[in-house]
Amino acid sequence: MATGGEGSGAGALPLRSRRGRTTPSLRLTGRREAVLLAGMLAPAAVVFSAFFLVPLARLFAIGGSGAAGWSAYLSVLTNPAHLSSLVSTVLLSLAVTAVTLAIATAAGLFLERNRFPGRSLLVALLTFPLAFPGVVIGFMVIMLAGRQGLVGEVSRALTGERLVFAYSMTGLFLGYVYFSIPRVILTVMASAEKLDPRLEEAARSLGARPWQVMAHVVLPALKPAFLSAGAICFATAMGAFGTAFTLATRIEVLPMTIYTEFTLQANIATAAALSFVLGLVTWVALALARNFAGSSVAAAG
Amino acid sequence: MTQPFHLEPVPIRMIRCAKTFDGGVRVLDPVDLEIGGGETLVLLGPSGCGKTTLLRLIAGLEWPDAGGRVVFGGEDVTALPIERRNVGMVFQSYALFPNMTVAENVGYGLRVRGIERLERARRVGEMLEMTHIAPLADRRIDQLSGGQRQRVALARALVVRPRVLLLDEPLTALDAKLRDTLRLEIDRLLQDLGITAVYVTHDQAEAMALGDRIVVMSKGRIEQIGTPREIYRNPASPFVAGFVGTMNRLPAEGGGGLLRIGGATLPWSGPMGPVEVMVRPEDLTVEPEAGAEGYTLPARISAAVFLGDRTRLVAETSDGTELTIDTDPHRPFARGDQIRLRIDPSRILSP
Repeated sequence: MATGGEGSGAGALPLRSRRGRTTPSLRLTGRREAVLLAGMLAPAAVVFSAFFLVPLARLFAIGGSGAAGWSAYLSVLTNPAHLSSLVSTVLLSLAVTAVTLAIATAAGLFLERNRFPGRSLLVALLTFPLAFPGVVIGFMVIMLAGRQGLVGEVSRALTGERLVFAYSMTGLFLGYVYFSIPRVILTVMASAEKLDPRLEEAARSLGARPWQVMAHVVLPALKPAFLSAGAICFATAMGAFGTAFTLATRIEVLPMTIYTEFTLQANIATAAALSFVLGLVTWVALALARNFAGSSVAAAG
Repeated sequence: MTQPFHLEPVPIRMIRCAKTFDGGVRVLDPVDLEIGGGETLVLLGPSGCGKTTLLRLIAGLEWPDAGGRVVFGGEDVTALPIERRNVGMVFQSYALFPNMTVAENVGYGLRVRGIERLERARRVGEMLEMTHIAPLADRRIDQLSGGQRQRVALARALVVRPRVLLLDEPLTALDAKLRDTLRLEIDRLLQDLGITAVYVTHDQAEAMALGDRIVVMSKGRIEQIGTPREIYRNPASPFVAGFVGTMNRLPAEGGGGLLRIGGATLPWSGPMGPVEVMVRPEDLTVEPEAGAEGYTLPARISAAVFLGDRTRLVAETSDGTELTIDTDPHRPFARGDQIRLRIDPSRILSP
């Protein structure tokens, strides 16, 4: 995945070698330098092992230590409840990412390009939810669309029917979008600020209509921001737990499933296996996204 | 090189165009300007003089204050935004689209005009030939040098056959040698195409080399409009005299058909009393030591710089006035040398 940006970019450059894996200078250094280098790398290696590799390996080992053995890792595919939990988590996270990017881009571009009284207050308000834990977000969703919620009251007054969707995927989706927007909007605004206004003027001078300027110049230039903000948004939605926990125990997203397996059923091996799979799926999804966008990101840089 | 196409030379008129920004800062006083069809007009001035604002008014990137009008040929374009004016624009920062190749950049104007693919490729190819960048067609923008980028920007602006080409300090970001080469090339291209062009620069050498006429601007006002020769030889104001080329200013006294400058006396038909006269460095001649006494001015050299094609001297007269003199590069001069300067009365510029 890491070669995506570099490799496809280098393809057009005849002078640059694509095979630069082994650094020649490293091969040329003598034994003493190698020893010295290893010594200097050791602290980093120790910390990396202690806080990353060892726990991860342990988690992986625990996943295979249950009654089912290593097939626990397959349970995410073979167990229908686990599979549906994984699928709905991925779909939810994708939907949250897409909707958040759309809203945050529109709002971020507007806020970056317009100066009006109260603008900085609005920006501050928009970034307010950054500090909220998932529980608070869940609480807010309940107050909005729960049994005693605002939406329920208004819909009852209008139609006689009480509209309640807080305790479902819809409520969770709403909560996730709400806490994702501030993260994305700040990245989009920072990126939009760096756009060269001359690029848009050049496009317009060539006859491009406003929507064409947006589609051909502005959005491609924001692509790196979309990618990094989208990645964080997706990963956060995949792993978020507090909101789902507050809203209902019946919402089957993977973090909830892991919690249920772990605490209620003391099924530690399954919980560990599912955790590992959750991490892996998220990592693969992000790697794929980066790979797809690789060449165009390099070009836009 | 392919035969260049010829563009319709469109004259441009600006009528009472002023620009006041939000907050009441006036960056351009009302300007009336006529640009002939096919003419290259250079807007010259220091930064903040309003030259870029004037260019952006022509482009349609800024609106003139109420009452101002911009007319292309017979059409009043005052109300049209830039995308509907059909102008070509070249920026100092190139402003090339980083997500497109060279050919895609050049073809962009044709693409948004809905020109079909084959015709587009043909015209892009023709334009790349004309600007000598055909081998770079498939390169990404970040693989180009500054000079190559500016050629792409030129090709991109010209391929749509604009009514006027607007260039905003296109060479400022390039190094000196490349600037000269590209300047010559732009000059030839503009001549060949016969397009009306407006060129903004703060570099007076560039202005002299490119402009059919030069508009010298300062503090939001036009100081003088004229051919490079007129601007250089007959500056309309002390500002123009000082900004275009180097100018010496000497305190003098007129009276009785004579002009007294320091110890020198010249025939004079100008005003009486104390005046300030102006002389270009190349119009001061260094006389051999025992020259004719009457017309010459004694001075002491305080700096001598050998420039290859000439030697530039800085000398101080007895009353402390500093003069810049361009002289023969074959004669040796040293700091501290006493010289005598001859002033040709016909070359004296007085305001």
